[in-house]
Amino acid sequence: MTEKKYLETHEWFSINDNEITVGISDFAQSELGDIVFVTLPSVDETFSKGEGMVEVEATKTVAEVYAPMDITISEVNNKLDSEPELINSDPCGDGWIIKGTIKELENIGMSYQEYESFIS
Amino acid sequence: MSSGGNASSLPLVGGMPEPTIKELSKPGRRAFNYPKLDVPEEVIEHEAIKTEKAPLPEVSEHDLVMHFSRLAHRNFAVDLGFYPLGSCTMKYNPRFADWVASLPGFSNIHPSTPSHLSQGILEILYILEKYLIEITGMDYASFQPPAGASGELTGLLIIKEYLQRKNLNNKKNIIVPDSAHGTNPASAKMAGFNVVEVSTDINGLVDVKELKTLVNDETAGLMLTNPNTGGLFEEEILEISKIIHSVDGLLYYDGANLNAIVGVCRPGDMGFDIVHSNLHKTFATPHGGGGPGSGPVAVKDFLREYLPGPIVEKSDDKFSWYQPKYSIGRMHGYHGNFLVALRALAYMKLLGKEGLDDLGSYAVLNARYLASVISKSLPLAYAKPCMHEFVATVKDLKKSHKIKAYDVGKALLDRGFHSPTIYFPLIVEEALMFEPTETQSVDTLDDLSETISIIIEDLKLNNQNLNTYPKNLPVGRPNELIPAKHLTVNWGDFELLEITE
Repeated sequence: MTEKKYLETHEWFSINDNEITVGISDFAQSELGDIVFVTLPSVDETFSKGEGMVEVEATKTVAEVYAPMDITISEVNNKLDSEPELINSDPCGDGWIIKGTIKELENIGMSYQEYESFIS
Repeated sequence: MSSGGNASSLPLVGGMPEPTIKELSKPGRRAFNYPKLDVPEEVIEHEAIKTEKAPLPEVSEHDLVMHFSRLAHRNFAVDLGFYPLGSCTMKYNPRFADWVASLPGFSNIHPSTPSHLSQGILEILYILEKYLIEITGMDYASFQPPAGASGELTGLLIIKEYLQRKNLNNKKNIIVPDSAHGTNPASAKMAGFNVVEVSTDINGLVDVKELKTLVNDETAGLMLTNPNTGGLFEEEILEISKIIHSVDGLLYYDGANLNAIVGVCRPGDMGFDIVHSNLHKTFATPHGGGGPGSGPVAVKDFLREYLPGPIVEKSDDKFSWYQPKYSIGRMHGYHGNFLVALRALAYMKLLGKEGLDDLGSYAVLNARYLASVISKSLPLAYAKPCMHEFVATVKDLKKSHKIKAYDVGKALLDRGFHSPTIYFPLIVEEALMFEPTETQSVDTLDDLSETISIIIEDLKLNNQNLNTYPKNLPVGRPNELIPAKHLTVNWGDFELLEITE
């Protein structure tokens, strides 16, 4: 499993062989506030890089989670259906959102340190 | 402080939460008495007749009055203090309009009354239609839609029907700015269109270059409010209108911000084909509690036959109902919320042409004044001069002092002001959106500005925790998470909720 990388749109992802795991950053969840609903994609759905995969609904707004690279969904975090607040309490752990397979590994994203200076 | 912001003037009723009316219920108590039966009793046997008792609260009339009065006293209201809620036009609603609407000839008439016995009612709608089309620059109007969002849906269904009749079936896209009210894309979806988003440029206006790339044969129309949700006038509106019309698309004007331009300019002259007006906002019916409202839709001549019917017609000094030929059908029972329309007419008559001509200018003057004084403590989101409302941001204060828009709103409530709109438009971070309206005095505007500066300065100096606000109100920070997660619209479900959380 690679180190987590971060995007300017506040997703994090990590990669294990050709499997990618995507969630949103701690900063993103604190900006959104209490999350009340997550619209998850179906397994086998495909998304091209930059496309919205997931809608995260908070009390004050709705945010999209974008595909970091071309992805075919292999697993979604079904726990989020009943416990969307997992994204608030553990955004980088139990609050992961989707897993998917990637064809091509792209060298993108910021390290945690880079992301920290990006958001501050 | 001379007005508005005086928390001590708010009735602070007790510290105990008000029980629900169900908790006040005692079997057998009644707030009314049926008159004695003076006709022979007859037993009706029908499968629809229920045998179990209706699950209604049983309270005495006094209990009922006290309960709702106590709730009302805990509520913030336009009649209690300054309510600068952006995008909502919470202005003072003259009592005169209420008085007119309460006259028994208006309030007791049944909407099924044949038109030859209700000529006065039809005449009122006819006159109001004439005033409204004069104000908006359109040709005909229907009073059926009971609210703004319903007006939007009406307008989009008209566009759909019109395009179908013209065999322009490839037109499936409605363009909506990213700053739009959430109801715009929602209405477009409900009417069966695809929503295409156009960006806002750095000055807070529709990105016309991008718009050009989005417009094509599939464009059915554009929804826009002008001034837009940033409180800025879309200066390129004539160009925008030309772009949309060049592909035979239609322009829809969201009347949410009509208050800014009444008496100054007209959507019809800007090129809009369909306009809804929120009579309850711009023309003074108390609103914000869920209705009743009125969102009449006005159209240019070529769309008249698509309006929801019936609409009023006049010939030989007689008024009658007319069903437009290709009408999209009904949007509401009977003729919409007539008493709200009546209040609008009373308000227009009260102001007269002179007053209406000044309405938009005064609303803008107040907003510009407030923006100029508030900008000393809070940066504004856009540099351009605002129209009837403006957006400030605590983005920087959040970074330096962890102050959030939400906290500022709560701290203001504590000091006797309603919160401005927060976190809208979505494209501005930590947004606070103020709309003072034309009915506030300069003293009230100064009070608000001074209070905001006190809140911010206090916080910067002492690094105190704004999370504890409001401190002086009977209701503090209600849990906003539970109702968002669990939609419980039935009264009986509340207990269930308390168990889950």
